[in-house]
Amino acid sequence: MHALNPQPRKRLLRLTLNGRPREDAVADGVLLVDYLREVAQLTGVKTGCDGGECGACTVLVDGEAVPSCITLAVRCEDRSVETIEGLAAQGRPTQLQRAFHEKLGTQCGFCTPGMIMAAESLLRRNPTPTEAEIRTALSGNLCRCTGYEKIIESVQAAARATS
Amino acid sequence: MTVDRFAANTFARRGVPLIDGIEKVTGRARYTADLDHADALVGRILRSPVSHGDIVRLDVSKARALPGVVAVITGEDCPHTYGVLPVAMNEYPLARDRVRYRGEPIAAVAAIDAETAEHALSLIELEINKLPAYYTSEEARVPGATLLHDNKPGNLEREVHHEFGDWREGFATADLVREESISCAEINHAQIEPHACLMDYDPLTGRLTVQSVSQVGYYLHLMLARCLDMDTSRIRVIKPFIGGGFGARVEPLNFEIVTALLARAAAGKVLMKLSREETFITHRARPQTDIKLRLGMCRDGRITACACEVVQRGGAYAGYGIITILYAGALLQGLYDIPAIKYDGYRVYANLPPCGAMRGHGGVNTRHAFECLMDRMARDLGLDPFAVRRANLLHAPTRTLNDLMVNSYGLAECLDRVEKASGWRDRIGKLPDGKGLGMACSHYVSGAAKPIHWTGEPHAVVNVRLDFDGGITALTGAAEIGQGSSTMVAIAVSETLGVALDRVTVVAGDSAVTPKDNGAYSSRITFMVGNAAIDAARRLKAILTEAAARKLEARPEDVEAAGEVFRVGSGEQSSLPFADVVKAALVDRGAITVSGSFTCPPEAQGGKHKGGAVGSTMGFSYAAQVVEVSVDDATGMVTVDKVWTALDCGHAINPLAVEGQVQGSVWMGMGQALCEETRYLDGLPAHGSFLEYRMPTIAESPPIEVHIVESHDPYGPFGAKEASEGALAGFPPALVNAIANAIGIDLNEIPVTPDRVMDALIARRRQARLAETVRAAS
Repeated sequence: MHALNPQPRKRLLRLTLNGRPREDAVADGVLLVDYLREVAQLTGVKTGCDGGECGACTVLVDGEAVPSCITLAVRCEDRSVETIEGLAAQGRPTQLQRAFHEKLGTQCGFCTPGMIMAAESLLRRNPTPTEAEIRTALSGNLCRCTGYEKIIESVQAAARATS
Repeated sequence: MTVDRFAANTFARRGVPLIDGIEKVTGRARYTADLDHADALVGRILRSPVSHGDIVRLDVSKARALPGVVAVITGEDCPHTYGVLPVAMNEYPLARDRVRYRGEPIAAVAAIDAETAEHALSLIELEINKLPAYYTSEEARVPGATLLHDNKPGNLEREVHHEFGDWREGFATADLVREESISCAEINHAQIEPHACLMDYDPLTGRLTVQSVSQVGYYLHLMLARCLDMDTSRIRVIKPFIGGGFGARVEPLNFEIVTALLARAAAGKVLMKLSREETFITHRARPQTDIKLRLGMCRDGRITACACEVVQRGGAYAGYGIITILYAGALLQGLYDIPAIKYDGYRVYANLPPCGAMRGHGGVNTRHAFECLMDRMARDLGLDPFAVRRANLLHAPTRTLNDLMVNSYGLAECLDRVEKASGWRDRIGKLPDGKGLGMACSHYVSGAAKPIHWTGEPHAVVNVRLDFDGGITALTGAAEIGQGSSTMVAIAVSETLGVALDRVTVVAGDSAVTPKDNGAYSSRITFMVGNAAIDAARRLKAILTEAAARKLEARPEDVEAAGEVFRVGSGEQSSLPFADVVKAALVDRGAITVSGSFTCPPEAQGGKHKGGAVGSTMGFSYAAQVVEVSVDDATGMVTVDKVWTALDCGHAINPLAVEGQVQGSVWMGMGQALCEETRYLDGLPAHGSFLEYRMPTIAESPPIEVHIVESHDPYGPFGAKEASEGALAGFPPALVNAIANAIGIDLNEIPVTPDRVMDALIARRRQARLAETVRAAS
């Protein structure tokens, strides 16, 4: 048995993934989300839609929140990519992760990794955001469970705890 | 059930984060698509390109011959129908002979990668003779219309005609009778996790291991056995983390059965991940509904009679339809004291993806119409909306006309709470132009008192085990889908036993290990599984207490357990830490497993009339809410500024989770009321993405203030009832009533999209101009 198409040409992708340098042979057309989930086995990155609609796949590229499902992996050459798995250090969740847990900013949890990464990006550039700033920063991330109220409370609690 | 039903639930009063929350916030939680699928084949489904037609040729030989393709299946491979209701299974996992909606599965492929599977689909040759297709209830019901199902004349899946009390007399004695026709668009659950399943068939043992997004593993288990002609004992259904349900995944779904068939044909493991568009097609959500509602009312606001006609566009197959159309009538009752009711329901087949159960199943759209009309009649009679609701309250315990039990009833307090919190009395009628307040009430069942598959088993069974390590494991088939079900079980067990919450581990949803459960639907878990968990914990507690009594040389009835210590009286000498009690209890018998159960008695299972079991429950939740809106009369844009909700959930076992559920359900009602709507162009979904299917984002979601009312249900676990659905149905009417308050226009269609609001505003301006012209001319 062999695949239909010959293997597409791959190039060596060098990047920093969750703080560690990494090299992988990656085809030009591979999406960042597929690279992270299938190659790097970081399944905390979720796919909720058919491309750029829901924000569940949000990761940080050089600290900026981007939807990994409409980003090519090769665009991350020499850049730093962070996923939800990279936040907790030595198994200790960050203030933001703890706040989402304790304030029930997560219910089914499927949007949560993307939501937390979008909020992480916000808090890094703006440690004391207003409610309106939180709403703007997270407006690309859909949640179907919470009605968003407790997500806002979670981000606010994390901001208070770290400032 | 006595004293400790109320007393025991102590440390949970503050609210407890979900016991599986850390896994979710760290990304460790594994959902179906995250499971190890390194050696799995990729599944893909060929779907019908037409809405209605006869399959005249289906040739898969080229697809089968493609290198890398391991299995190709068609309707030939499964001669069995499936469905959630034993009385209405009229759907094949893969169409045989006839297709009835665009997107219906016709064939499926398992291949070594996605590209190969997709290429194989393109090699399948398909010819279909088109038949007339119907996209509205009206078209489908036209005399002489082509039948979707030969045994269903008039394309009617089910007609319901119920009469309770003397409704003619009720209307005759009313001071005011008013009728409205109200329509609600079809909406979708739109859970963020797309559908997926991983099916593993071992040809050596003939066993199938199933991991899927199902809310009810048991139904899936039954249908897989039926469609694959397998003994149920050869199938194991395991529930991974699930990214939302809301009813989408109660019914066994076609892609699950198709993937299992593929796995067996391929003699291996197949991963099927549906796209978002396919997930929208495989939806089973709330049907488009037309309601004609007539109410009779006395001057004091008392309702004298209700006549309601409901037409639901159910889609191409039966699914849950019979239950939905029965619920729409049954749940007219149980909220207010109504002396006479006439209900006529029509569930219609149309050439669209089948509808099913969605949060607030069956009750939401009729409740919307009811609460809108009630408000309008209050206005006609010069009564306050709160006064009209208060004039029609029930008094628990009671039974409704259709024989539903109402055992606890906190609606009056809900009304008081939101009236006060929203400042209603001081603010109503005094808001600036374009701003308005509206209110409405709602309710929902805490689990259907009669299960779909009537087997004579208890409604819920929970096993609790204790071994040498002192760890307590609760085993339940209840599906944790994000609503906090496993956390609720852990609290029920730990509180009853008087041990720390983190001593309890919950294993949920694995048919090889956990007792069968009817799953996550009709808000049954807290009430039924909660009671079963308490029952199991009590049985374990009795064993532990007896062991402690032996050690302490006391009578078991004198032993008290709290804070992981068993003691007699208050002396230091007369207490025993939990670890020692465990050791004592395991002497001679070893590891302990106890089983607890809960059963709804026959008198709770509804009336004797046909369909009378639907709507029956041991406990209704009750809710009232006030919505504040701003309406922009230049754009028709409606903004929700604030929501105040009060929910009577009997007793909040976990107040944090209750608040989260209430906010989520109110918000979901807001989506339906404000912007959510499916649209089909000749049967083609035009809403198949999150950009086209508009849910409120965080930017347009208002603060939702939650007030918890506790009426202490006599049968609920710790007095609790459901908290996840009851508040939803109140939002759409509260919104429409608020818009009427803001701009003086009654809207009869939801969602109240800007175009609908603008149409109404323009019509009013035109009417005003016309009136002006007529006045000037006369």
